[in-house]
Amino acid sequence: MRNAFAEEVTSLAADDKRIVMLPADIGNRLFDKYKEKFPDRFYNCGVAEADTIGIAAGMALCGLRPIAYTINSFITTRCFEQIRVDVCFNNLPVIIAGVGGGLSYSPLGVTHHSCEDIAIMRVLPNMTVICPGDAFEVRAAIRAALKHKGPIYIRLGKKGEPLVHKEIPDLKIGKGITIVDGKELCLLSTGNMLPTAVNVGEILKSQGISAKVISIHTVKPLDKALLSDIFAGFELVATIEEHSLLGGLGASITEWLDEQQMQKVQKAKLLRFGTRDEFLYKVGEQEYARKYFGLDAETISKKIYRAIK
Amino acid sequence: MEDTLHITSKIRGKVLEMAHKAGVAHLASALSCVDILAVLYWKILKIDPNNPKDPNRDRFILSKGHAAMALYATLAHRGFFQEELLETFGKNGTSFAEHPDTGIAGVEAATGSLGHGLPLGIGMALAARIQQRKYNVYALLSDGECNEGSVWEAAMFAPAHKLENVAVIVDFNKWQATGRSTEILAIEPLADKWKAFGWSVYEVDGHDLNQLFETLTKLPDGSGKPVAIIAHTIKGKGISFMEDDNNWHYKAPNEEELNKAKKELGL
Repeated sequence: MRNAFAEEVTSLAADDKRIVMLPADIGNRLFDKYKEKFPDRFYNCGVAEADTIGIAAGMALCGLRPIAYTINSFITTRCFEQIRVDVCFNNLPVIIAGVGGGLSYSPLGVTHHSCEDIAIMRVLPNMTVICPGDAFEVRAAIRAALKHKGPIYIRLGKKGEPLVHKEIPDLKIGKGITIVDGKELCLLSTGNMLPTAVNVGEILKSQGISAKVISIHTVKPLDKALLSDIFAGFELVATIEEHSLLGGLGASITEWLDEQQMQKVQKAKLLRFGTRDEFLYKVGEQEYARKYFGLDAETISKKIYRAIK
Repeated sequence: MEDTLHITSKIRGKVLEMAHKAGVAHLASALSCVDILAVLYWKILKIDPNNPKDPNRDRFILSKGHAAMALYATLAHRGFFQEELLETFGKNGTSFAEHPDTGIAGVEAATGSLGHGLPLGIGMALAARIQQRKYNVYALLSDGECNEGSVWEAAMFAPAHKLENVAVIVDFNKWQATGRSTEILAIEPLADKWKAFGWSVYEVDGHDLNQLFETLTKLPDGSGKPVAIIAHTIKGKGISFMEDDNNWHYKAPNEEELNKAKKELGL
């Protein structure tokens, strides 16, 4: 995803002179082409996330479209107050892009894990939260973000994730994208779990269960119209995210369901897959970490099978 | 400077009235920076109150947002909005919070949490470079604010990019909320710190209008560096029984104190 991000920003910056890249001492070589083409719109802000966000906000106050970029856990939790005050309170079109969403950087240890970022970003007024499902959604997300008038958080994975789309999809902020059609249950995936969600659908299909798979790339604002249809039309809905069960996509849907109680539209039961409320003290590769939290396709499909049969 | 001197008394009087009526804190912090604001708004900043969003305007950021009363009174006197609007200060539903936000004409950034103004100002100064505009950016910080790490992150950034169109003014009144700013953390030697970080540093009497003007008018000063002005000030300046008394960080004047203070100002 990160290569697609760098390529897409480089491509868009040719026409959009408002774009300024503000990495916080990360992306060695990743932005070489960008720097070569647009040296006047590239500032490495150093290992200084608070300053990076403030600079981005100052630029946005002057009509530019800065993109603050570093590792997810640093660009969200380290400078949360700058995001809250400088970007969100001033309601500025700053793109905050984090690389290494969820457990992408699992072997690097808990300092580099990012399983709380969706929760703390989505709670901020004016903020939009986008978690692209593959490299094509990354490109579409940046294009959409540059047309948006307020703050946006884009949660990237790492590099080399499997592609789900065949081309850049028509991504509208706040509108889910159906990946696979199905009848019996619906899988709502956000971010880098999308390929896993597709795998889960395939496993279930081999067991005679028809699952719809939707990419909920925008966690905030939620696609409420889509959710209404899904919860009225299916027996079971499962959310899948590489993020804490506290505060992420699943949690935001439970909040929405709570609001819907009086309208009695709900038919479906909700199963939520995410990371438990704990740090991973014994680390390993991303696949290892996902298995530890029950976020591998086999574990998810087994649990869904048991719930529906 | 005679005219500006007259203005500082009027601003101080307004600030005292606001603090009294609303019963709010930070009066002494507001009084210490009135002279700096007056010189900036009447003598230095290229601004037009009738066109507050002019893209070529100079920018001023009150990074020490708790001195909002001084900024509000300054902006009103300078014609950004009618002074009567300040009557809503401290009342329910007002736009004039105890810390400023951009909903008010002339306010460049929402501040109130310390350590934000300089990074914002650097972003604005870089925007001038990118958009090929000629304006200066001034950020007014408190000495207590220099406790914040983000100030020093920003302090390292600006010289690295030879950002000459940004200036920091530290309202060095030697107090912060709960004690002497020189004792709570080791901020001294403050001027040397800014020098060591790569800034062109000036020390001035923050209540001497001529000295403030002479220094502020230099920006950019030709050194190829951003400018830091350490303005030595007195907290509660202008009112004899408030000067250098940190109780007035939180205390608001009663009617008797207000009248006494206004009398001292010749109002």
